[in-house]
Amino acid sequence: MSHLLEISDLKVTFGGLDALSGLNFHVDEGEIVSVIGPNGAGKTTFFNAISGLVETTEGDILFEGESVLGLEPHQVTGLGIARTFQNVRLFPNMTILENAMVSQHCRTRQLVFGALFQTRAFKQEEREIRERAEAALGFFGSRLVGYRLEQAAFMLSYANRRRLEIARAMATQPRLILLDEPVAGMNPMETAELTGLIGRLRTEWGFTIVMIEHDMRVVRDVSDRVVVLDHGVPIAQGSYDEVSTNPEVIEAYLGRPVESRA
Amino acid sequence: MSASATPAWFQLDWRRVGRWGGLCALGIVLVSLIGMPVGLDRRIIIEGRLSLGYLALIWMPLLFGYLVPKRIVLEGVENPDPGIRDVLAGLCAGVLAGLGPLLLILGIDNFNLRKPLVNWSPQLLELLTFGRGIGYGVAVWFAICAVLGLVGSSMHVLPANVRRVVSFIAYGLLFISVLEAAIDDLSEGFGLESLTDAMYARRGGLTVKFSIILAVVIGVLSIVTKGRVKGAANHYKGLQGAERKRASMLLFSGVTALCIVLPMFLGMIMNELLANVGLFLLLALGLNIVVGLAGILDLGYVAFFAVGGYTTAVLTSAESPFFTPELHFGFALIVVVAMAGLTGLVIGAPVIRMRGDYLAIVTLGFGEIIRLLFMSDWLKPYFGGAQGITNVPHVDLGFAVVKGTDPRSVFYMVLVLCVLAVYVSWRLQGSRLGRAWMAIREDEQVAEAMGINTVNAKLMAFVVGAMMAAVSGAVLAAKVGSVFPNSFMILVSIIILVVVIVGGMGNIAGVLVGSFVLIGVLGGPRQPGLLQEFQSYKLLIYGALLVFMMLKRPEGLVPSARRSQELHQEEFLQDAWLKGEDHDIEEAAEAAAAVGGSEGTGDQA
Repeated sequence: MSHLLEISDLKVTFGGLDALSGLNFHVDEGEIVSVIGPNGAGKTTFFNAISGLVETTEGDILFEGESVLGLEPHQVTGLGIARTFQNVRLFPNMTILENAMVSQHCRTRQLVFGALFQTRAFKQEEREIRERAEAALGFFGSRLVGYRLEQAAFMLSYANRRRLEIARAMATQPRLILLDEPVAGMNPMETAELTGLIGRLRTEWGFTIVMIEHDMRVVRDVSDRVVVLDHGVPIAQGSYDEVSTNPEVIEAYLGRPVESRA
Repeated sequence: MSASATPAWFQLDWRRVGRWGGLCALGIVLVSLIGMPVGLDRRIIIEGRLSLGYLALIWMPLLFGYLVPKRIVLEGVENPDPGIRDVLAGLCAGVLAGLGPLLLILGIDNFNLRKPLVNWSPQLLELLTFGRGIGYGVAVWFAICAVLGLVGSSMHVLPANVRRVVSFIAYGLLFISVLEAAIDDLSEGFGLESLTDAMYARRGGLTVKFSIILAVVIGVLSIVTKGRVKGAANHYKGLQGAERKRASMLLFSGVTALCIVLPMFLGMIMNELLANVGLFLLLALGLNIVVGLAGILDLGYVAFFAVGGYTTAVLTSAESPFFTPELHFGFALIVVVAMAGLTGLVIGAPVIRMRGDYLAIVTLGFGEIIRLLFMSDWLKPYFGGAQGITNVPHVDLGFAVVKGTDPRSVFYMVLVLCVLAVYVSWRLQGSRLGRAWMAIREDEQVAEAMGINTVNAKLMAFVVGAMMAAVSGAVLAAKVGSVFPNSFMILVSIIILVVVIVGGMGNIAGVLVGSFVLIGVLGGPRQPGLLQEFQSYKLLIYGALLVFMMLKRPEGLVPSARRSQELHQEEFLQDAWLKGEDHDIEEAAEAAAAVGGSEGTGDQA
């Protein structure tokens, strides 16, 4: 069986800098894979490459056996890859409901005519968009629904913004979700809650998840597999326990022990 | 210390007094030198007492006198009650303001600067000295400024009720006298000429007797209506969901009914004015979709207006130089819309991939290119060059004929088109496409990553906007009966943009109010408004208004509720905190911090 996402020899270069070089990596349907690594390791670049926001220099990215290289970001989303952003990027002046509705753009097709004449198809589609949006928002309990639906997104607290961003990604009806540091900036309780929700994203919604995360407890609790990047090169792959005891990984995070002068 | 020796009521904030007084003096000099007093002296406000020319000068000490003692109201900080100190501050600022006329009078008397300053004229001196010599003039101006400063500042001391009555009378009289022409026109329609004949003197201006009567009437009215209007507005704002919708519909149908009935009683001038407002409203609604919803700053919007006008002229006029099918306006309109869509695509396709400032500059260029093409000798055989195309026929609708000499008919046609445009804007705003436009306005890159084909969506906004502009252009051609390249100057684009910004971006009601206030009251680029006297100072007023709005009310006259929350977030959050409002106060505070930090990612200025 072929992999859901398969990356071979991926290389991304900015000027003379290799942000990613020779990344080989795959994700199977239904997996939760964490990508970790120190700052500047190329984790976000890796996400950007998959979602079409940066151009790749070499290598290939296959999603369900088809290459996504050269596709526009919206086409990638259309294929079924959704993402969140490290520095939360909502549509701040749109309501919470609208935020979750707008991301279904590529799954719907009504244009000017339907809107002007309020055709039955248009109304039907609007209703479905709304239902799907509310379902995605309802995933986070009562936090994003009720009176909140009509509130502007900028009024949300930081943690709720992160939640809304995930809901927005869920509403694109993806098969693969890329979460870029989903718990950054959350307090321990919120982190624990979201860790549980990430697991439910797979079991209840059937998403495959690739996650960048710095919080090792979250990584340990949810991931099937961990990939460690350093300077754009994968230095270890495997289960959390394997990776966390790998001397190269420890070195990448903590640095080489000071050697006595010769 | 000497400070302890001075009595408490004399401890003024001298820096503030000096600043406002000096500004006022400068303002008087500026207004005099742009020629307002002399130019507007003929226009009488109150017979034998006050002309608009003098009024253009004396409102300043009044306003600045009012501003000097004004305090910033902070929650939790106790302000001393307004008292004699504040009145004194106003008086001092007024005296300082008197330096303005003094400088002018002495300057004009002693130096001749006529060459660089056109209005540095003996007429101005004559006006400033009341024709009675320099000493008299200077003394009187100091007295006037001091008294007005005093009056302005004493508004703070007066009890709120008195203040209300006084300001109502002042605004009311100003309104009635300045809008004399419009009111005359109205009264003719309603058969009330005898009233206006009595009210206004033969050479213009209110008669003294009637100003007193009107003052009393307005004063009584102000007491009767106290709190009613504000109460109704607050009630409307407080409505939620379905009730709000119903109230909006009621308001909307009321306005529509007024729009249908009122023109029947209006004369030529007023109907002409309303027709112009409608034409520009149509333009502004289109631009609102492009700028307000999709966030594409299009400075060459006039191009589509021109395309609409020229397409209509070529298709309907018998004197179009090359191609004269002499179609009916209705058929022409269909072609116009199609042409506008096509032009929108052709101009939009290369432009739309750019962002922000670059896009603004490129569209500015395209706007001029289109006008210059129509003007060029190269295309003269097709579009008539600078002579344009004349003899565009009236619109024969079968049951009525719409022609420029009958502005009422034009107004009704424009009204129908405007209602259509409002409907289109409203429906699109709440649709999938409208949401996509808003997402692009908020963050284009994220919108793209969330599955929106931004190029297509932006092109769509461009095309819809272009179509509305072109329809407006078509009506203009039929109304005026001719098209010239110079009717489509870049200024039109700018003015429509100002209408959209001042009214409230992205908000249909805002655009409506914006076009009534700006085009109706001040006038369009070539069309006179209610204040015809200020025709030559129109751009100055536009600019001043824009600066004022950006500083004090960036969300526009009628903001969408959300946008005003966003722009006044700090106040909003402070209020919530002070009121101890229900749920998420700490969240609100967090949100403020986070938004402050993430503002760099948003693309709104």
